[in-house]
Amino acid sequence: MKISIRINGKKHTDEVEPRISLTHYLRETLDMTGTHIGCDTSACGACTVTLNGDAVKSCTLLAVQADGAEVTTIEGMAKNGEMHPIQQAFKEKHGLQCGFCTPGMVMVAADILKHTPNPSEEDIRHGLKGNFCRCTGYHNIIKSIQHAAELINK
Amino acid sequence: MGNYVGKPVKRREDARFLKGAGTYTDDIKLRKMTQSAFVRSPYAHAKILNIDTSEAKKAEGVVAVFTAQDGCGEFGVPCGWQVDFKNGETMREPKHPLLAKDKIRHVGEAVAIVIAESLELARDAAELVSVDYEELPAVTDPKKAMDKDAPLVHDDWKDNAAFDWCIGNDRAEVEAALEKAHHVTEMEFRNQRLAPNAMEPRSYIADYDVNGDKWTLYTSTQNPHLIRLLMCAFALGIPEQKVRVVSKDVGGGFGSKVYHYTEECLVTWASKEIGRPVKWTSDRSEAFLTDAQGRDHVVKSKMGFDKDGKIVAHLTDEYCAMGAYLSTFAPAIPTYLHGTLFQGVYTTPLIHLNVTAPFTHTVPVDAYRGAGRPEATYLLERIVSKGAREMGIDPTEIRFKNFIPPFDGVEQEGYQTQVALQYDSGNYEGVLKKGLEMLGYEDFRKEQSEARKNGKLIGVGFSTYIEGCGIAPSAVVGALGARAGLYEVGQVRVQPTGKVSVFTGSHSHGQGHETVFAQFVADKLGIPMDDIEIEHGDTDQVAFGMGTYGSRSLSVGGSAIMKSIDKILEKGAKIAAHKLEAAEEDLDYAEGKWTVKGTDKSVSFGDVSLTAYVPHDYPEGLEPGLDFSSFYDPANFTYPFGTHIAVVEVDADTGRVMLNRFIAVDDVGNIMNPMIVDGQIHGGVAQGVGQALLEEVVYDEGGQMITGSYMDYAMPRADDLPMIETANTVTPCPHNPLGVKGAGEAGTIGSTPAVVNAVVDALAHLGVTDIQMPLKPQTVWKAMQN
Ligand code: FES
Ligand code: FES
Repeated sequence: MKISIRINGKKHTDEVEPRISLTHYLRETLDMTGTHIGCDTSACGACTVTLNGDAVKSCTLLAVQADGAEVTTIEGMAKNGEMHPIQQAFKEKHGLQCGFCTPGMVMVAADILKHTPNPSEEDIRHGLKGNFCRCTGYHNIIKSIQHAAELINK
Repeated sequence: MGNYVGKPVKRREDARFLKGAGTYTDDIKLRKMTQSAFVRSPYAHAKILNIDTSEAKKAEGVVAVFTAQDGCGEFGVPCGWQVDFKNGETMREPKHPLLAKDKIRHVGEAVAIVIAESLELARDAAELVSVDYEELPAVTDPKKAMDKDAPLVHDDWKDNAAFDWCIGNDRAEVEAALEKAHHVTEMEFRNQRLAPNAMEPRSYIADYDVNGDKWTLYTSTQNPHLIRLLMCAFALGIPEQKVRVVSKDVGGGFGSKVYHYTEECLVTWASKEIGRPVKWTSDRSEAFLTDAQGRDHVVKSKMGFDKDGKIVAHLTDEYCAMGAYLSTFAPAIPTYLHGTLFQGVYTTPLIHLNVTAPFTHTVPVDAYRGAGRPEATYLLERIVSKGAREMGIDPTEIRFKNFIPPFDGVEQEGYQTQVALQYDSGNYEGVLKKGLEMLGYEDFRKEQSEARKNGKLIGVGFSTYIEGCGIAPSAVVGALGARAGLYEVGQVRVQPTGKVSVFTGSHSHGQGHETVFAQFVADKLGIPMDDIEIEHGDTDQVAFGMGTYGSRSLSVGGSAIMKSIDKILEKGAKIAAHKLEAAEEDLDYAEGKWTVKGTDKSVSFGDVSLTAYVPHDYPEGLEPGLDFSSFYDPANFTYPFGTHIAVVEVDADTGRVMLNRFIAVDDVGNIMNPMIVDGQIHGGVAQGVGQALLEEVVYDEGGQMITGSYMDYAMPRADDLPMIETANTVTPCPHNPLGVKGAGEAGTIGSTPAVVNAVVDALAHLGVTDIQMPLKPQTVWKAMQN
């Protein structure tokens, strides 16, 4: 099937097999490997991207379902070589270790901050429920998202 | 020490990960690369009657299908540690085949590999391989595996024991002391099986270059050189110098990526067969079925106390599962990384541990974060607290009574334990005192009794742990059965411009080596961090290495680099002396330059570097160049220690445990980067809390894993944890140049018993004395009802 998706502001038109996931399309067809695969039960969130502004797990979507949509992946967060405030905050607060969950965490953080610009610790914990991190114990991810809120609201 | 060490320097590796520009193995694509899928057994124990690959071979896009009949890896993957039976019988070491030939020994064992043009086509074709099995009865519990009528995992031997082992004082002596003890506390429990679950699933790409007759293996390993050695010398019998192993960005390991796995061997073999690169990436279900798992001990223990609460003797018997085959380090885990920690931080005069290690019809067990030490700590810290409660002594008081007094390993000698090791330095009461201050212990007890009046169940639990890290002195581990040395290699190459490339055999998969190693190198050389590059994870770049596990990176890997820097500075001084027309002894080195003492005559590190490579006006007889490599073999293990304190609330109606506070006071020796040490503790604590409250791999009677996905295996999520309150005391390691002890595993080792002790504390007035992990609501609720 032919699909056309605007990804990080750029339009991509491709012929894809109907059964491939959006993650697979990003990673294998477009070589955008920042979006990761950590599970096969939609449980880990490593594959999180935003679709028309909301966080989605790209492994649970077929590429064809994203036809016509606006998708942002981790590769689209930095602008003109400058990291997004969320990315800066993750670095500042040591919100990542092995980095594997990180793209998903940054994308879900964007979603949390979009809906709750001044989130409490509880709001953040709740918002992160769909994303696993095995390295950080979430402690510094929460600090990072709080710091990102400060940077954005400044 | 200087500008960087001890400061929370932000990580240099972060930018690429934050931009989605990391290069994990599965992100790599090679020209003409094929994809592969495995056909795996749905049975735990079965005879293979027939394998029919004919349909699969004809399927669209299939390049090849291989089974054991195709002669892959005659030798199987080897085990790296030998623990013989107490009676002298050699450890039973079954062949661990790359693909099962006649018999299946655990669910998920691979029977065939299908290689195709795409992953979808490989998976489609794998469905077409038809295998006839004759299912056989299985045993998955390590204690039951030693029953007389237990099904045999390997028919070559009369029972399932891989080995048995003991350590400590004479058993009869320990038993006699327990007879005479004023009070004896007993415990029986299972330290449940865990799945490590690094977020990046294992992934491999093997690329055989026909023209050069060379292989490159891209692999998600913690241990590239050891993988190359084991694969070349033992599993495949191919020349080591023709193989390059690359593991750049690795998405977490926690032990599970230390080992040499059958799949990485098989893709390497297959790549030569088909003359194209072969990729395999595990999916999460396969990871549950095939990544080496952790723990799985069945424990029976007795601890004797005198009337004042001093421990007089400790006796434990354990059954520790090995799984279906012996994984790379498996035999060392319930023995030398476990029994040797039975002294804990206490002066216990008599200790005996007896271990039986059976094969079971399960995926192999090996080191998972902490590896043997969390199991030892769990037992000790639970039984000491249980004993205290039975004797009516406060759990902190019993610890203070039994602590080994402080010693620095310099003025005071190291502490000789009853279980072989000599601790390097420690101040065990110091960490508990600090923890109690942070907690506000007295206030908590008041709050607790008030809360009880209102039916609210809150409790506090303590754990005062020690661990053995910085693995390890080669001669010592060699005498204990290791088939490898456990030194590390560090090369420092000063470039002509005075910039520095450091090559380390240590491996970073989240620990931040690129930052921390550059910090101490910069300080020691007195140059900016930006002038230093840290390289790891490529056997063609790094001379050799033993990889990262056992919290050894800084203490062993860092020390090797320090040794090379010493050599650099020594040679640099000769060149500087020549340039300054002074005697070497008259020079001082500081802030990146050699200065003639008492003068302002100096020459910079950069100048000396350039001279070393452009040796026109140069000391006679001195070789050009400034590049040194060193092997560092530690003199002893290192012994980090700490106090972990958990505060919990148990929901009286549902048994749900809420972790309200977690305090971790850890002494990891000198700290290079406090931000990174804290991060290691946070993550470790989360995993330890995971074991206490949530995680468990469950096999049913037939050997099916019924927790084989994230829908069934509960890992901590963000709302399961509180913010973690961390602090440190600093007792330097006396025997390595950085004075560091290691921080990678402390969190996992210390935390689990603190949480369980806290829950028991919350429920003690209801008569609860023990609860089996994980403390799921229904388990806790049931305990409350009895
Ligand atoms: S890969 Fe999408 S949720 Fe795990
Ligand atoms: S940083 Fe490793 S899984 Fe989150």
